[in-house]
Amino acid sequence: MKRTLRGKVHKYDKDNIDTDVILPGPYLKIHDHKELAKHAMEGIDPKFPEKVSEGDFLVTGNNFGCGSSREHAPIALSQTGIKAILSPSFARIFYRNAVDGGYLLPIEIDGSTVKKISDKDELEINLAQNRITNITKNEQYPMKPFPELIARIVESGGLMNYKPA
Amino acid sequence: MTITEKILARAAGKQKLSPDDVVFAKVDKVMMHDVSGPGVIKVFSEWEKKGVKLDHIWNPDSVWVTEDHFVPAADRVSAENVIALSNFTKKYGINKHFKYGLGQYGICHTLSHEEALVLPGEVYVGGDSHTNTTGAMGTFAAGLGHTDVAYVLMNGQIWFRVPETLLFKIEGNKPAHIMAKDIILQIIGDIGTDGANYKAMQFAGSVVKNLIMEERLTLTNMTTEAGAKNGIIEPDETTNAYLRERTDAKYSPMNGDVDAHYSEVFTYEIEKLEPTVAKPFSPSNISAARELQGTELDKAYIGSCTGAKLEDLREAAKILKGKKVKIRTEVLPAAQSIYMKALNEGLINIFMEAGAVVGPPTCGACCGAHMGVLGKGEVCISTTNRNFPGRMGHVESKTYLASPLVVAASAVKGKITDPRDVKN
Repeated sequence: MKRTLRGKVHKYDKDNIDTDVILPGPYLKIHDHKELAKHAMEGIDPKFPEKVSEGDFLVTGNNFGCGSSREHAPIALSQTGIKAILSPSFARIFYRNAVDGGYLLPIEIDGSTVKKISDKDELEINLAQNRITNITKNEQYPMKPFPELIARIVESGGLMNYKPA
Repeated sequence: MTITEKILARAAGKQKLSPDDVVFAKVDKVMMHDVSGPGVIKVFSEWEKKGVKLDHIWNPDSVWVTEDHFVPAADRVSAENVIALSNFTKKYGINKHFKYGLGQYGICHTLSHEEALVLPGEVYVGGDSHTNTTGAMGTFAAGLGHTDVAYVLMNGQIWFRVPETLLFKIEGNKPAHIMAKDIILQIIGDIGTDGANYKAMQFAGSVVKNLIMEERLTLTNMTTEAGAKNGIIEPDETTNAYLRERTDAKYSPMNGDVDAHYSEVFTYEIEKLEPTVAKPFSPSNISAARELQGTELDKAYIGSCTGAKLEDLREAAKILKGKKVKIRTEVLPAAQSIYMKALNEGLINIFMEAGAVVGPPTCGACCGAHMGVLGKGEVCISTTNRNFPGRMGHVESKTYLASPLVVAASAVKGKITDPRDVKN
């Protein structure tokens, strides 16, 4: 995991974006990761996969990823190129799937920070300093540090690579 | 400590645990199905490609596998997923593989209790979000994704952040027209779909004490819709009697301490509850059924781990007996054994004479997968657990969630109906 990430924002300022929207049920039988990417966010924005470039970020409202345990959801998002999701809160299984699978980073930020970030803003996320820089607006925001174990799993690139101390 | 904290402490080899502690806990039982299973298999094959030898798993006897989401095979891809599952269980000596068309099978969460696969005091994880259901047996039961399930299959343990516990006390004498579904919809309406994020939801009080096991399971099932890590009910004589009918396995139940700390306590008087409906597009978007009276419907669906247990079918049959449905009505018992019990009790006759179609156990249309999905603009009332956009089919279809009593009453009238407003 790189200590600094840089990318463009795709903002969906809505609470409770659920897994049925992120990756609809009929595609659950698909296990080819590239194929899943074609359907990412289909329930909210069918054009989403075309808009994303490698390294981009998703900025959303509360409780992102609520609903089912389908790991297809973080897989599909990460395969479009999304490297981090910034939200005030995540549904618990989505959060652990994102981290344990090593797909992307669920980064918790304040609701007020979500308001300050606009669609298409360019951000730089510094994981060592838990700091987000909005290059477009020349602003800085705090992010919630990962708890110790989560940080170590992130460092390892996922739970499968993690060796307990 | 609460029951959740005590079970996790025992599994983590700790004397004491508090909310926010992060621990690796030993797992007693693990489940995967035809959606999470192929993901697990993919993780295994990726590691094998990297040269890691995976010729055995941690404990094949602690693992069980179901075919439930896309069965009977919805299409070629679904059929091949099931073949891959069979190859996996054969390779690793997993004997508890419930295959459709080969005796007992059904929805994973239903089998967990119907077959007594999971016991009080255990740590149980499954590759499905509604794994919470089984917490009604006094188990710590939580859903995981397929990477985590694969990790458990290899290592027999997984990390957890210890959740704080919200205690819901349901008091009073339950009226006949109120079901557990009404209670949990009211709670989700009150606390919201993130009201219990990362937390445990524990149920107690005189109503819960008197609820039969299948109704308790409806409460814990939908803790997932409030974002809970787990739902739980302390085991008691009802739990033991239910298990005695199904297994002679020994178990070590846990109960919370008298001085356990609950982060919040909510008390409900059941007499004040109404038959309740969650409107599109959220399980927290609730109204009393009578407030929605007259809402036009295209379909009624009685199915899923939430709403097609034997008791759910019995309650629906009470309304449908001797009546005709006015809208397309589909009944899918949650397991083969429940289907047979319903058949023997005459319930299936009642449904079919009313005009409903009765289908095989499957998650099917509940998750918009197959076998009864909704078209554009269609409106459904359903005993299931979610109604997000597109959940049961087209993104412009609508689903109302309700108890089997409300769904059956609505099927008879063709519009949303309170069960008290259907004459016998």
